[in-house]
Amino acid sequence: MKLLNRSLIYLSAVFFIIIGVWSVIFYFNLKDEIRDSIDDGIDNNRLLILIKVHSDSTLLTQNEFGGNNFKIHPVSKEKALAYRDVFKDTMMYRLNENDLEPVRLLNSAFEHNDQYYRITVISSLVEEDDLIEDSFWSVVSLFIILVVSIIIVNNFVLRKIWNPFYDILNQLKTYRLDKNEKSIEINSNIKEFIQLQEAANTLINRSKEAFLSQKEFTENASHELQTPIAIIIGKLELLLESKDLKDEDANTIANVINIADRLKRLNNSLLLLAKIENKQFLEEETISLNETAKNLLSNYDELLAFKQIEYELDETKDLKVKMNPALADILLSNLIKNAIFHNKKDGNIRLTFTSEEFIVCNTGNPFSLNPDTIFNRFEKDQTKKDSTGLGLSISIAICNSYNLKINYGFAENQHCFKINFNNILAQV
Amino acid sequence: MKILIIEDEGDLRETIKESLLKEKYIVETAADFTSAFEKISIYDYDCILLDIMLPNGNGLDLLEELKKNGKSENVIIISAKNSLDDKVKGLALGADDYLTKPFHLAELNARINAVLRRKNFKGKDCIEVENVVLDIQERTLTIDNRNIHLNKKEFDILNYFLSNKNRLITKTALAEYVWGDHIDQADNFDFIYYQIKNLRKKLEESNAQIIIEMIYGIGYKLTEK
Repeated sequence: MKLLNRSLIYLSAVFFIIIGVWSVIFYFNLKDEIRDSIDDGIDNNRLLILIKVHSDSTLLTQNEFGGNNFKIHPVSKEKALAYRDVFKDTMMYRLNENDLEPVRLLNSAFEHNDQYYRITVISSLVEEDDLIEDSFWSVVSLFIILVVSIIIVNNFVLRKIWNPFYDILNQLKTYRLDKNEKSIEINSNIKEFIQLQEAANTLINRSKEAFLSQKEFTENASHELQTPIAIIIGKLELLLESKDLKDEDANTIANVINIADRLKRLNNSLLLLAKIENKQFLEEETISLNETAKNLLSNYDELLAFKQIEYELDETKDLKVKMNPALADILLSNLIKNAIFHNKKDGNIRLTFTSEEFIVCNTGNPFSLNPDTIFNRFEKDQTKKDSTGLGLSISIAICNSYNLKINYGFAENQHCFKINFNNILAQV
Repeated sequence: MKILIIEDEGDLRETIKESLLKEKYIVETAADFTSAFEKISIYDYDCILLDIMLPNGNGLDLLEELKKNGKSENVIIISAKNSLDDKVKGLALGADDYLTKPFHLAELNARINAVLRRKNFKGKDCIEVENVVLDIQERTLTIDNRNIHLNKKEFDILNYFLSNKNRLITKTALAEYVWGDHIDQADNFDFIYYQIKNLRKKLEESNAQIIIEMIYGIGYKLTEK
């Protein structure tokens, strides 16, 4: 839920309660005030009638309301004296409304020429149910207007105020530690946002330092290992050539050389990975992947013949991309070599080039590899001990450095790797 | 043939030196920039092995000095840094080759051999051993003036053996030579064994005066009959 909506909900609830309570109180105050003023009016009427009675005695005979708002009945003195002025609400039939309507009524008594009279003065009351209904709808519309104006304020004003926040958020979302991007910057003088920006930048800088030192460590460590490995291999090779060496010793030495070689390959692969991740392959050229693949394949003619593997090329398009030639070479050769080495006798390989994809499919083990772990570092065929398990990681690292998508699939006894080059296609 | 090794790592320097002495070269060594600078100023060498990272100086500066004197074409750069930049710079400064540590001694021999051949046979890049002539440029093999057909891998393997005559080549070194860098499957020996078997058969049938001996479990050695 968005912050804006959340605040809207809280505000609406608070408004609802405040406006509800307020309108009840307001309603009763208003009703009292209206009654007061009507009572004053009725009282005033009564006084006016009493004055008028002196000049116009016919009024004394008005013992029904008729069209007027008063009636007068003669009463006995005792009764008249017992009378107190009383205001009360009552219902009366109204011709125009054809219904009983509320009226305010004053009963009083007076004396005229030694004769006692009872006077009843009425005044129509505000219709209470109408009043409630009217004020209810006014309150509802007030509430709606308030909520709508909050939404408007939220969406136009608050959103504008929150802009720097969304700005920081977007920058953080797309921030790549490995891309050597500038620190996050926003255009705002609001203290909280500036603090957020500073905190984000501090975090970024710290992660960047950790990231860089980790990258450098891998690269430096691999570098430093090169010379000792060179010495080990060189010395063992010289030792192997010494004359008085027993066969078994020679075998042991050859074994150790083999292991040192594995170490060397592992180290080379790690170094290559570090370099790809450190973006040390900068220069780019337009490369035809069809040509690259064909060149690579021609290196494997004898091996393919030896393993009796057939290969076919399916060139629907000349797939031209803009990338580093060394990386293009490593990427394709890794996949092609995989397709050869993990193949079976009398197997086949099919390379497909579409307008944006390179697909390599090969026969091999009759079961699928695990697509979730296949691209992990050091993930390897357990039967192939000498493999470093980094071949596919290198391919992945190259794909990542160009934001290419690589997929593995297994269908109809074919293992397929598919790379989509659509974001580095060379402009034709 | 006089070779200078410029390498600061003592153990590696000695290992290379020992290996080169077996090839009957005259070998001199320098462990730092200053002594290397002195040596290249005074003497001429047929081949110089140059490490780029040196105490008190950069190997590329030495290369620049050599280029000034027109002597940079027989330099092989040996570096732990497989950096494209250094490679490009080094080769632009006239270095002949660039070898990344760690390497097999057989590989170094092959590279030195190539440099020396290019230097001494001006234009004609051939290896001749007894009645066998391998033309590197034309990629042909002639035995007793008869052309013998080799496939690519057989040719490469024979080239490697001839550059390492009388030296033991381990299977791993050979596999790496055949498969090149960044290969994860250098354990694929069957194929190499098969290629060598064919190569031996061809040499034998043509009555070549060389033989590739197999030293069981370890590697191979090419010797004259």
